[in-house]
Amino acid sequence: MILRIDNLVKHYGPVRAVDGLSLEIGEGEVLGLVGESGSGKSTVGKCVLRLTEPTSGTIELAGRDITHLQRRAMRPLRRDVHMVFQDPFSSLNPRFSIERIVAEPLLRHKVTDRREVSRRVGAMLERVGLRQEMRKRFPHELSGGQRQRVGLARALILEPKLVVADEPVSALDVSVQASVLNLITDLQRDMGFSCLFITHDLSVVEFLADRIAVMYLGRIVESGPTADIFAGPRHPYTQALLSAAPVADPVKQRERRRIVLGGDVPSPLDPPPGCRFHTRCPLAYDECRVTEPLLNDPRGGGHPAACHLVTADRVPDAALPR
Amino acid sequence: MPMAGLVLVVAFVLLALLGPLVTGDPAEQDYLATLAAPSGAHPMGTDDLGRDAFARIAHGAQVSLQAGVLSTLLAMVVGIPIGLVAGFYRRWLDPIVMRLVDVTLAFPFLVFAVGLAAIIGPSLKGVVLALGFSQLPAIIRITRGEVLAVREMDYVAAAIADGSGDGHIIFRYVLPNCASPLIVQATVAIPAAIIGEATLSFLGLGVQPPTPSWGVMLTTAQQYLSDAPWLAVWPGLMIALATLGFNLLGDGLRDVLDPRSHR
Repeated sequence: MILRIDNLVKHYGPVRAVDGLSLEIGEGEVLGLVGESGSGKSTVGKCVLRLTEPTSGTIELAGRDITHLQRRAMRPLRRDVHMVFQDPFSSLNPRFSIERIVAEPLLRHKVTDRREVSRRVGAMLERVGLRQEMRKRFPHELSGGQRQRVGLARALILEPKLVVADEPVSALDVSVQASVLNLITDLQRDMGFSCLFITHDLSVVEFLADRIAVMYLGRIVESGPTADIFAGPRHPYTQALLSAAPVADPVKQRERRRIVLGGDVPSPLDPPPGCRFHTRCPLAYDECRVTEPLLNDPRGGGHPAACHLVTADRVPDAALPR
Repeated sequence: MPMAGLVLVVAFVLLALLGPLVTGDPAEQDYLATLAAPSGAHPMGTDDLGRDAFARIAHGAQVSLQAGVLSTLLAMVVGIPIGLVAGFYRRWLDPIVMRLVDVTLAFPFLVFAVGLAAIIGPSLKGVVLALGFSQLPAIIRITRGEVLAVREMDYVAAAIADGSGDGHIIFRYVLPNCASPLIVQATVAIPAAIIGEATLSFLGLGVQPPTPSWGVMLTTAQQYLSDAPWLAVWPGLMIALATLGFNLLGDGLRDVLDPRSHR
């Protein structure tokens, strides 16, 4: 396992951003972590990078417990993990040239031979599809897509074992999104790094992720192989998310039954008792308001869901309210 | 307008640096021509002791420049590191520093400077120290505010992920990105200190009489306002022009240093 998160909790004061989350990512595996804004998915990424201090739980990176490692002790381990940020405009130091930004991880990990640094930066820029004349440019001279390529080059130049990608394309124009997504897919195949891909958009990870985990209010409500999630979502929330994504075929799009969720995500200050989703779930019944369903997998296939209605012989269908 | 500011500032600096070389001795007295009106021999007239007003203006520019630049430099050199550390590390230091800053900011700048100057004692060194420490709270507050904003930027998180240590992050990421508002603040602080020096000297808490200073000149001129009004006009005009120049220059720098205008 490259990454193992066990019962992670992160509270910001009274806000329960992440509230008991476990997940694992194997070598070379891409896990899509999907959730609405406010579900705590970005906080998970920050905890993995140790950009914030977890409240409790454990995080193991390549077999080593990093949960409460000091800043200094964490530094050498940063060879193994880097991050691609959502906002391409605030993630690059405006005072550094592109060359310097991409070289920084090398310089900070004691690769100081100038010719080697220059060679590796050049090779990395080429791999992310940036021309060599970009080296001397500054971030404000680049487009959003180009900046995100710089961010990718910086994250990958040390050939880390794990890359956390926090909504890496959601701030980009739709036309640029596809090319950056394809680039990430190609680089992942070539370099074989594991990836925690955080997104609010299921369709973004459909062709990239090996497995998907769906988050709701700080917890995972369903996880499983990507194809299984798309073919047969088990949790009513996942079903609602999938029904909201448009289908490219107009005939199918018209026939489709949409599940419209009422209301907003409840406040993570005070998550609802019982099942956290019961306030918006079309199938909720008395039990849901009292008992919190655990993530379990009665139907097998490595596809657990946290819903009372998922049993060995039955899967709920949120499109058919009781 | 920024160009006009630059011209005024350059003229002021040249006057301070080169003026004393071309003018005569500012202490030389000519009892035959006391309170003389501007003429060929004395382009700005003479004061009650017959000293050449132009020579005194030129030498006074040196005092003003020193008071303005040195006190601002002092405030920056002491204030920026305090603001950086308080804003970057927060913890217990930040609330302590900021409450102290709040307390000192509660006093008007000049009132605070007058109080400090009275304690330190009247001299150019005293003026620089008093004005420098009076500027300190504003510098700390501005630095800290900028640091708070910058440290939340993703590029700082990226720097941590790169494996950077705190020192590297502070000097390579945080400080350079806080620099523009501080440079602009310097162009506000220098003219404030020039006025501050003139005020302290006018009140007798600054530079002492034999030494020419625009504030000292105003004190003298006050007594002869009806007989020799030009004595008050020259130092007043100089203070106004120097202050205006720095302020206009600051406006220009604000535009140039704004990263959004780089495109």
